[in-house]
Amino acid sequence: MDRPVGRGRRRRRRTEDAKRRPGYGALLKSYQFRLEREGKWRELDALIARAERHGLGSLNADELARAPALYRACMSSLSVARSISLDANLLAYLESLCLRAYFVVYGVRAGLGQVLARFLRRDFPAAVRRTRWSNALATFLLLVGVATGWAVTAKEPAWFEAFVSSAMAQGRTPDATREDLAETIFDKPKAADQLTAFATFLFTHNARVGMLCFALGAAFGVPVVLLLLYNGLAIGALCAVFAGQDLTTEFLAWLAIHGTTELAAIVLCGGAGFHLAGAMINPGRRTRLAALRDRGRTATTLVIGAVFMLFVAALLEGLGRQLITDTTARMAIGCTMLVLWLAYFAFSGRTVAMDPRHGE
Amino acid sequence: MASDAARRSVLTPEGVPIEVELANHGARAGAVLIDLLIIFIALLAAVLLVVLLTPVTRHLALALFAIFFFLLRCPFFMAFELRWRGQTPGKRVFKLRVVDRRGGALSPRAVAARNVTREIEVFMPGTLVMMIPPSDLGGSGMDNMMTLAALIWLGIFTFLPLFNRDRLRIGDMIGGTWVVRAEPVVLLKDLSTKPPSRRYPFTPAQLDVYGIAELQVLERLLRQPATRGTLDTKKEVLNRILDKIDWNDRDTVEDEAFLDEYYAALREHLERRALLGDRRADKHEAAAQRRDRTSLE
Repeated sequence: MDRPVGRGRRRRRRTEDAKRRPGYGALLKSYQFRLEREGKWRELDALIARAERHGLGSLNADELARAPALYRACMSSLSVARSISLDANLLAYLESLCLRAYFVVYGVRAGLGQVLARFLRRDFPAAVRRTRWSNALATFLLLVGVATGWAVTAKEPAWFEAFVSSAMAQGRTPDATREDLAETIFDKPKAADQLTAFATFLFTHNARVGMLCFALGAAFGVPVVLLLLYNGLAIGALCAVFAGQDLTTEFLAWLAIHGTTELAAIVLCGGAGFHLAGAMINPGRRTRLAALRDRGRTATTLVIGAVFMLFVAALLEGLGRQLITDTTARMAIGCTMLVLWLAYFAFSGRTVAMDPRHGE
Repeated sequence: MASDAARRSVLTPEGVPIEVELANHGARAGAVLIDLLIIFIALLAAVLLVVLLTPVTRHLALALFAIFFFLLRCPFFMAFELRWRGQTPGKRVFKLRVVDRRGGALSPRAVAARNVTREIEVFMPGTLVMMIPPSDLGGSGMDNMMTLAALIWLGIFTFLPLFNRDRLRIGDMIGGTWVVRAEPVVLLKDLSTKPPSRRYPFTPAQLDVYGIAELQVLERLLRQPATRGTLDTKKEVLNRILDKIDWNDRDTVEDEAFLDEYYAALREHLERRALLGDRRADKHEAAAQRRDRTSLE
């Protein structure tokens, strides 16, 4: 393929000489076939080599117009060659040339920006709508967890340790004083710490729970149920601790400013997990793998969106929560975010979602 | 030549199937490692620049690293696969390419899907491993148990390509893609362009002993550069052919020329038979057809 163009021209002249010469070449059909078509192969080869090295932009308008015809000609050469030629090198060459041309002709034509924009405007909200029952189930389980955790811990504080690990509690235990607890809510750290908090958030508990919900969906959804309940229990138990010291509103506001976004993301991950679980439990007429693959598209879309939401939540937690310590403002931001998310899921990309090409 | 287990056929929109060769696991792992290395080097450079230009603490630099890493890792793969038509720098080194399994155009959505799952396959397990706290630092048994369970689960995703025929990652399954190896082949001179001298008149029976497989083995041998090893092999092959076709007059045989002539005659013969619907894959098939014919007579 790295032959300079001039060599190809010389070869063409040689092949024309051969055509005029009577003899074996004229008898062997596969060689005659090669003589007639080789020029086009070489031409396409040169174009493709250039497109591979410098991108499609390096071809001029004339060449671009010619490329599809050359590509089709080579495709037909390949299928003819398969039946009439036994020259292994020639067959391998045509296979590889057609494959390379195929990559160029049928390559992706979209930039990263376009892909991301379409994803956020259309694909993500559509996926959320498509899986609404899975998401409702995940929401329900999370809320059941919270309610149970709250009720049980309020009645019997000893349960707290079962629900919240010491690493996660960070001193926010039923034994803590009101001042200690209030400090965890209203503490105003230095600017440098905000970014650190933000960064660590990306790798913290909840992001992990979200990912796991999705990842474990294929196990018939059982781990997803457990994870959502367990996570709900921990939140409920913490609520009970703060409620015990009469800090309910303050704690809920502290949680809500980023929590509405973050918990919504976890719910979506759980929804994605249940969506996959549905494919495993009831694959219909397809095999489980095929069902998993079909539903996997929607599920992945959900999780990608959830990762994006977790990023927004990280911004809200790492920066917003540290700067805004007013309970009402925190609550207002949290509720506004929730309403915005719901409106976004409900309305964004509705018209284009009808396009059958983008459905599943 | 790839083993048949790695060969797949993709039906192009033109209706012509193209043969592809699935990429092997080692090459794919190598490609990912190269890409990750590039990402890490770029990140280190960026963070170092920030550290040198501004008075940030070590703590903050680490945080910056984490944030940049999060923002860069998936878009890096996506951007390259979009721009380089299914290749990343690592894939380019190993001549790998992402292709749509059904032969259609590689869609941006497939590229997005197959790369975001890297979070689950590579980055989550990596993060989990780093997150296991030493037991004296408040890592509770429950948490560590969960982390371990999660690692085992995620490990299944990471090593999925080892356990299916098409070597699909979970991202390939979801995106409807697979990774193939595509190396350009150089078109060499046709071996039988010269008119035959008819120095060695072969009878049809002498050409009937071999099939396409043997013809192409002979082609590969003739295309090899003339080293001492090649010459020895040619000599050996020549003798085997002479035995097989019962060539009587061995003294007149000139090594090189005889093999060339036999190749040309055999190819002409087999191509003609193939055109008539009598395609002989190898010598066993050729023998079977010969038997059929004699039994008919």
